[in-house]
Amino acid sequence: MLARLAAKRLLEIRQVFRQSPQASRSFSTALNYHIDSPDNNPDLPWEFSEGNKAKVKEILSHYPSNYKQSAVIPLLDLAQQQHGGWLPVSAMNAVAKVIDVAPIRVYEVSTFYSMFNRSKVGKYHLLVCGTTPCMIRGSREIEDALLKHLGVKRNEVTKDGLFSVGEMECMGCCVNAPMITVADYSNGSEGYTYNYYEDVTPKRVVEIVEMLRRGEKLPPGTQNPHRIKCGPEGGNTTLLSEPKPPSCRDLDAC
Amino acid sequence: MGLGLLASRAMRPLRNSHSSVFLRTIVSKPELQSAESSAAAQAPPEPDLPPRTPVGGARIHFPNPEDAIEVFVDGYPVKIPKGMTVLQACEVAGVDIPRFCYHSRLSIAGNCRMCLVEVEKSPKPVASCAMPALPGMKIKTDTPVAKKAREGVMEFLLMNHPLDCPICDQGGECDLQDQSMAFGSDRGRFTEMKRSVVDKNLGPLVKTVMTRCIQCTRCVRFATEVAGVQDLGMLGRGSGEEIGTYVEKLMTSELSGNVIDICPVGALTSKPFAFKARNWELKGTETIDVTDAVGSNIRIDSRGPEVMRIVPRLNEDINEEWISDKTRFCYDGLKRQRLNDPMIRDADGRFKAVTWRDALAVVAEVALQAKPEEIVGIAGRLSDAESMMALKDLLNRMGSNNVWCEGTGTQPSADLRSGYIMNTTISGLEKADVFLLIGTQPRVEAAMVNARIRKTVRANNAKVAYIGPATDFNYDHQHLGTGPETLTELAEGRHPFCSAISNAKNPVIIVGAGLFEREDKDAIFATVEAIAKKHNVIRPDWNGLNVLLLNAAQAAALDLGLVPESTNSIESAKFVYLMGADDVNLDKLPNDAFVVYQGHHGDRGVYRANIILPASAFSEKEGTYVNTEGCTQQTLPAVPTVGDARDDWKIIRALSEVAGLTLPYDSVGGIRTRIRTVAPNLLNVDEREPATFGPSVKPEVTGKMDTTPFKSAVENFYMTDSITRASKIMAQCSAMLLKK
Repeated sequence: MLARLAAKRLLEIRQVFRQSPQASRSFSTALNYHIDSPDNNPDLPWEFSEGNKAKVKEILSHYPSNYKQSAVIPLLDLAQQQHGGWLPVSAMNAVAKVIDVAPIRVYEVSTFYSMFNRSKVGKYHLLVCGTTPCMIRGSREIEDALLKHLGVKRNEVTKDGLFSVGEMECMGCCVNAPMITVADYSNGSEGYTYNYYEDVTPKRVVEIVEMLRRGEKLPPGTQNPHRIKCGPEGGNTTLLSEPKPPSCRDLDAC
Repeated sequence: MGLGLLASRAMRPLRNSHSSVFLRTIVSKPELQSAESSAAAQAPPEPDLPPRTPVGGARIHFPNPEDAIEVFVDGYPVKIPKGMTVLQACEVAGVDIPRFCYHSRLSIAGNCRMCLVEVEKSPKPVASCAMPALPGMKIKTDTPVAKKAREGVMEFLLMNHPLDCPICDQGGECDLQDQSMAFGSDRGRFTEMKRSVVDKNLGPLVKTVMTRCIQCTRCVRFATEVAGVQDLGMLGRGSGEEIGTYVEKLMTSELSGNVIDICPVGALTSKPFAFKARNWELKGTETIDVTDAVGSNIRIDSRGPEVMRIVPRLNEDINEEWISDKTRFCYDGLKRQRLNDPMIRDADGRFKAVTWRDALAVVAEVALQAKPEEIVGIAGRLSDAESMMALKDLLNRMGSNNVWCEGTGTQPSADLRSGYIMNTTISGLEKADVFLLIGTQPRVEAAMVNARIRKTVRANNAKVAYIGPATDFNYDHQHLGTGPETLTELAEGRHPFCSAISNAKNPVIIVGAGLFEREDKDAIFATVEAIAKKHNVIRPDWNGLNVLLLNAAQAAALDLGLVPESTNSIESAKFVYLMGADDVNLDKLPNDAFVVYQGHHGDRGVYRANIILPASAFSEKEGTYVNTEGCTQQTLPAVPTVGDARDDWKIIRALSEVAGLTLPYDSVGGIRTRIRTVAPNLLNVDEREPATFGPSVKPEVTGKMDTTPFKSAVENFYMTDSITRASKIMAQCSAMLLKK
């Protein structure tokens, strides 16, 4: 009895020491506090571009004038697209000014959502889905392949500034798992795309990276040539005929 | 305390069920293992329960009698007004619900989940702080379901909380510590690593140990709602969530010290008090603050002869439960620069310590040689009523009536009490809907009054207009102008703001006491009274004309009639008695004048003094003070006096005897009997005495207003008197926080 207790306790103690060094996986690209750097400090001027000012007006028009702060997420998104995929402090301050709130209220929002990048990302920010279905289908290998091919760590930008790799939560493409998302910030907010590439393999993601590098356009969606959208490989295997309507809806039969 | 009672009740079942404790690694109380079934098995509560008293004297006020609803807390029927929360209903019923995020003066967040209670017909325990009480609700706070819920919440809260109570300054007065003893399990099941969070730099007053934070967001809500500085926020999400300012930013609020009190754990603690003392070693003395004219209620915590810290005391009428940073952190000034021996200036200009007998003999000799009209007495801004009475009596016996209190100007008018107190009262400001601030910056002059105005602005959308030099406000305001010409426009009805005042239901005009120093003050006050009359500010049911005083001694000095006979008595003075007066302009004093400085700090007044008589500070004596709204309060001695110092009134009484003009009292009681004949309101302690007559009985003023704009009365919020000027913490604050 006592031996069993002791063994159990020992197991618990061992568990404590068998921690992975990265205890909590952070999805965010930056820390929860800001450290001044030459390209990211509150003194840098930042303003919405002329084209985006019209968009800001359009976004604000969606909300009642006394609830301007509701526009914080779309405005931060717009600012992020304009600023090459990430939000410096001065951009957040500019958003706070537009919606008339204290800057800290904007910082709270942008630190909450992992899709707001508060440190520099590449022109193509590759996001690997890390949620369970994709993980079971090999998303870790895909991330490893990407990181190895680009020679960077997670959330690190390649030397040419083109690519960075991050992780994100489920995007609802589990039927085509594993998937990656490519956020394309190379053309500012006008040419901004956010495309899913599904059914990827470690080999295929490297090809995708190289195609992006060459500036080629490739169709988003499943990367498995034998699949159409989320249909099964090699065509349907069930539900081949027209589905029979339920009897209660068959008005003639009544 | 209610919590202790609950704790003993919660711990009792543990004692009779320790048979299985040894065998289990994870122990929960057996009846908690299947909460629902044991709840069903429990007998219905017996009806003849002893009556309970509300927690912390919780009172209920029914604004509308038909809105009363009845709920049942643990079987007790309680009548409460509609709109109260379940937690408030429980408090009225005398049940203290454990809580971390809920604070009665802040908005409801409902994120700590500690206040879970069982409500009949509700499938899950409900967070009582955020749940409105509904008629007939049957609330159960002591059932296995509620206890299990609390135990679970407590286990989650303690998961990421470091076990550093032995080195934590909150230890002994920590809500988490107390409540985990009362409601927590005796061990947790969490075996992973605890998280750690980077500490933030919030300035010289608040120390942060963010790993201890339990994310109750009380500090964020306090900063946003009460202090009005939107600096703090909740950053990140999930387990990475933390309180911070994101960008490196100090908390530049005059109320920032209050986050130390509202933090339920040791995440925000006092930086100057860090590792100085444990709270159970301290002796608390309930007294009042004298650093401004508000008279905030405080508790001085002392250990032996040393003041260790100052914390606020609840007083709904004056400071609610907040105090300003100056009040809270000025205490280290009480230990520095103190005068502890009577001293006489030698021929070579150095001070030499002498005995009291010699010092008083010298003073008496010089005083008796001076002609009555050459004798001047000035009370300082921290003087209590007793000593000011004694000073006035002594000088009157010497034949002089040139005695006044600094800060009341050259020609104070003490005839009409309504002309120098806050007639609306501090708590009455909450009923106002328009404020007109004339020559006053309440944020630096009286931070607690400013907190009230801010509260009103937030609650009633009250409008604030301001006349004076450009300054910081922590609420929306209209800057109407900088000087008397704006007053003229308002009085003549030419200003666009006039319509706002006349349309207001309860308009409030606050005039700063800084204007007392102006030559044209009578004309200014006449104009202000004209504005008040024009816009119906003074009605039988509402008096909205106020003066915001600057110093703790001012109101009592004017009540006692400390008014100088001539305006330029300093220029011809031969004998000047400074009773703690440091801010009088002595430039015009003749060189051969003899200056006695009686006070507790070697401050500005000492430079010109010929003789120093050491006195006790407010923390060391029993003294009467009247605050800016006319409420009489008393300080109590918390620590012994320093060195050979004596109470102010005792020194004057001794001097009168040496001079052969013995004052007819030799105890505080005797001096108060004397005060009764002059200003009986000073004996009604903790009561506010309203002014009897309004300004309507005032004689006509003929003078004209100067065009010079108003000046700000307080240059540095952190350093206004001899105690705060001696304080190292206040010096740090003015160096770091006043930088623009």
